[in-house]
Amino acid sequence: MLGVLASIIDGVLVGLVYGLAAMGLTLIWGVMDVINLTHGTMIVAGMFGLYGLATALGAPPYLALPPVLIGGFLAGVALYWVAVHRMVGRPPLMSLLSTFSINLMLVGIGTGIWGTALFNVDVSLPGISMGRYTFPGAHILAAILAAVIAASLYVFLHRTRLGKAVRAVANNREAAELVGIPTTRVLAITVGFGVALAGVSGMLIGTLFPFTILSGDGYQLKSFVVTVLGGFGNPLGALMGGVALGLLEGAITPFVPVSWTLVIEFVLFVLVLIAFPGGVFSRRGAM
Amino acid sequence: MSLLRLTRRPFFWIIALVIASFVLVPWLGNDVQLRESLLLAALYITLASNLNLMLGYAGYINFGSIVFFGLGGYICVWLVNSYNWPLSASLITAGVCVSALALIFGLGILRLRGAFFALSTIGIVEAVEAFAENFTPWGGSAGVYLSSSIFAPLGGPARALWVLYFIMVGVMGASLYLSYAIKSSKFGLGLLAIGQNEDAAAILGVPTPFYKALVYSASAFLPAIAGGLYFFKSAFIQPSDAFDLSLSTEALVVAMLGGQGTVTGVALGAYLYEELRGYLLTSQTFSNFQLVIAGALLLLIVLFFPGGLMGFIYSRFPRTQKVLE
Amino acid sequence: MKRLYLLAAAAAAVALAATPALAEDTITVGFTASLTGPLNVDSAGQQRGYEFWRDEVNAAGGIKAGGKSYKVKFVTYDDQSVGGRVQQLYTRLINQDKADFLFSPYSSGLTAPATVISEQYGKIMIDSGGAEEKPFETGNKYLFMVITSASHYLSGAVEALKKYNPQAKLALVYSDDPFSKAVLAAAAKQAKDAGLEVVMNESYSPSTTDFGPIVNKIVSSNADAFLGGGHYSDGATLARQMHDQKANMKWISILVAPADDKFGELGPAALGVTVPSQWELQVNYTPQFGPTTAQFAKAFQDKMHAKADYHGASGYTVGVVLQHAIEQAGSIDTEKVAAALNATDIATFFGHVKFATDAGHHGLQVAHQMVLAQWQMVDGKLGRQVIWPEDARSAPAMYPIKQQ
Repeated sequence: MLGVLASIIDGVLVGLVYGLAAMGLTLIWGVMDVINLTHGTMIVAGMFGLYGLATALGAPPYLALPPVLIGGFLAGVALYWVAVHRMVGRPPLMSLLSTFSINLMLVGIGTGIWGTALFNVDVSLPGISMGRYTFPGAHILAAILAAVIAASLYVFLHRTRLGKAVRAVANNREAAELVGIPTTRVLAITVGFGVALAGVSGMLIGTLFPFTILSGDGYQLKSFVVTVLGGFGNPLGALMGGVALGLLEGAITPFVPVSWTLVIEFVLFVLVLIAFPGGVFSRRGAM
Repeated sequence: MSLLRLTRRPFFWIIALVIASFVLVPWLGNDVQLRESLLLAALYITLASNLNLMLGYAGYINFGSIVFFGLGGYICVWLVNSYNWPLSASLITAGVCVSALALIFGLGILRLRGAFFALSTIGIVEAVEAFAENFTPWGGSAGVYLSSSIFAPLGGPARALWVLYFIMVGVMGASLYLSYAIKSSKFGLGLLAIGQNEDAAAILGVPTPFYKALVYSASAFLPAIAGGLYFFKSAFIQPSDAFDLSLSTEALVVAMLGGQGTVTGVALGAYLYEELRGYLLTSQTFSNFQLVIAGALLLLIVLFFPGGLMGFIYSRFPRTQKVLE
Repeated sequence: MKRLYLLAAAAAAVALAATPALAEDTITVGFTASLTGPLNVDSAGQQRGYEFWRDEVNAAGGIKAGGKSYKVKFVTYDDQSVGGRVQQLYTRLINQDKADFLFSPYSSGLTAPATVISEQYGKIMIDSGGAEEKPFETGNKYLFMVITSASHYLSGAVEALKKYNPQAKLALVYSDDPFSKAVLAAAAKQAKDAGLEVVMNESYSPSTTDFGPIVNKIVSSNADAFLGGGHYSDGATLARQMHDQKANMKWISILVAPADDKFGELGPAALGVTVPSQWELQVNYTPQFGPTTAQFAKAFQDKMHAKADYHGASGYTVGVVLQHAIEQAGSIDTEKVAAALNATDIATFFGHVKFATDAGHHGLQVAHQMVLAQWQMVDGKLGRQVIWPEDARSAPAMYPIKQQ
């Protein structure tokens, strides 16, 4: 019984980080109806940022957070001008194509530089034990950081002028333009934040698990699942969705053969979609 | 819409010409190299054209079209391997079963719209892949290896590869005609109306739930057969190849590049995309950067030719709109 | 005077250019490698082995057969780690590039479709990267494998465990991919025959990223020995999470990932982990053909600027075996070389090589043996030591694993 509890708690810890990753995806999606197919690769970029700073330069791992955040933001703004700006107002989801092409290039360059070899960042933090089960310190710290970053985003969206502008653009771009909000700049900043979130979550995941240049696909898929659970275009819901996914994985694993976990997870995912097309944790106007 | 009337339009004969050249050019030149390359092109055209029925006509983005291809492959390989069925019967059974399954899935998920529908199709691929990994009769994650003797009924491997190629071209031709026939029918008009504005279409009397489920099911039939052919030819099937999400994404990209909603554009887009990737992969100069170059070219096309290939052709040569669907 | 000098130089240049064209024959070897995609690491290692062999052979004047010397030329394409284009590329290698012999792609999943083409054209294909047995049970005539097949991967680990702790409780947790499943299915049977108790036997999806709940399940099962893993990320993640979550295993055997030097990046989590390996630097067989381990390791390091690993060694051995067969056959005719391969029974630095010739398993490797390597502290640095079989070991096994 203790084992089940331990699995659930650990699932929730990791789920918070997944939730943070999904926030990046859902923020861009919600504000401008753009599905960012570079999301997974940006997560991986965060991991390699961590690796470069922590292992190659020898800095403490968590000091990588500010540079990854800033680097991610700049990369996001660049992504906006290269691939997204001309897509706004095009047939829905044309941005799928442009972000897909950018992703091909990024993966090609990444494979050229690092190959698909495995990278690991060693984080030794004392964990907390519960009987025979242990929660590693890195898991606990990553979960706390994810929650703090998510809360800051919430405060930003609801308490600052710029944040309110982002929400206004999400609700109605034309109206926002009419009242004098520089929508283009707001959109660029939004993509910046979305990618920065992906990068930071990647950096946090990098402190938990080893990774390769191709790890992004799996995390991107998880972000999609979390987005659905949490409600579309709803950043805080995404965090809740992440927790729900982690909870689910933690609660299922002790009882069924591990290989069936995914079947159950995705069948539930489709059922949840059909039953709650707005997301389980959605509430109108949350964005 | 009677088929007879279709034959009076030039486009009908353009498709026939395409099929004929797919058959004749490699065959007369006895060029197996060209055949292998065209086989992949025919496969991409089949996948993209059928995806286009959902995407270009009804406006539904299906990330998971690959599930039809993979399931078709599995059913066909399974029937051939475990029950010694002949290829023809296995292919048709695969097509019918997958269409029926699509109808059932479709009734469930087609209540969703836009991005939610798109996401649910990803969920279906992942769920089906995870299922195949655990389903022992299909070899679980190890998949199924076919014995080299399976090619014997088709006259040995050398001849069998030609036969399989001709069937694949047939499937491609059928996909093109299906796209064309639907586009010229009342059914197709209904779908286009759904694509424009689903609520308005419903008010105007288009039976939207039925039409959507029908087109979803129809778009499953030929990809399932193509999957059966493809994996029979590979003599091997495993879940990660059969349900490879990136192939779905590629089919979407191809359809959008060519110009969604058009028959010609999607087929041309698929052909060019396949040839481009194949060329980059085997070229001495580019092979090391093939992903980067493919990405850069795609990006340029997307940025500067917004309507896709057909959008560009239509605007440059407006008269082609009357001939090329 | 100057003019004469120029003339002589020109004549020499002409003569130089003309000689090779007269005396030189080449054989073309074709293969696809995974330059991109998830198989890139393993495939690149194997390709280094191929290229090293080619350079060595050509530097020594080529392969000598029937009074001629053949220089070796490679043609290679990127298969992107997926089966989609393998048949197209192998058709191209045979028809357009006129390959005389083929090497296999990396992994069983890519070898199976390639075999359809190689068998159709009756081309010999030598395999060093797909350890599954199934492709050899479908009646192929020209496919040969130099490495030990999947069902023997963990037999050494089971034997070692039986010696160190006959009461061990085993958790078998492995990736849901064809190779790992085949290895662990065989290991489960070998463990049962050895009288070891298996308390957990489960596979996980290859896309699993977080093993936290799985590790907790291992802890709940009261297992004290772990056998499993799969490929790179999952194997390393498992090792790391078992360490982070203090699962306190006394024995850990993980497939593939720990055979790579980068596994050492895991630091304390790598300590004590064992890995079945086709070949290690410490292995010392006396070769009847080709270099010794020491010669190979040094030359490889000098020329390829990389430490020799088992992918490189097995890739090199593929070349050596082909060379040996061509020289035995005295011809590059496919049927004669195939007959020579069927009769091959030699010791190389990589180990013994002999192929099954019965119809049900034709081409399967039957002589080569694997070793078990363990990550240990050597002079304050993490490195692999051979610990099994005992007559080949370079260090005693660490049992149970002691955390430092």
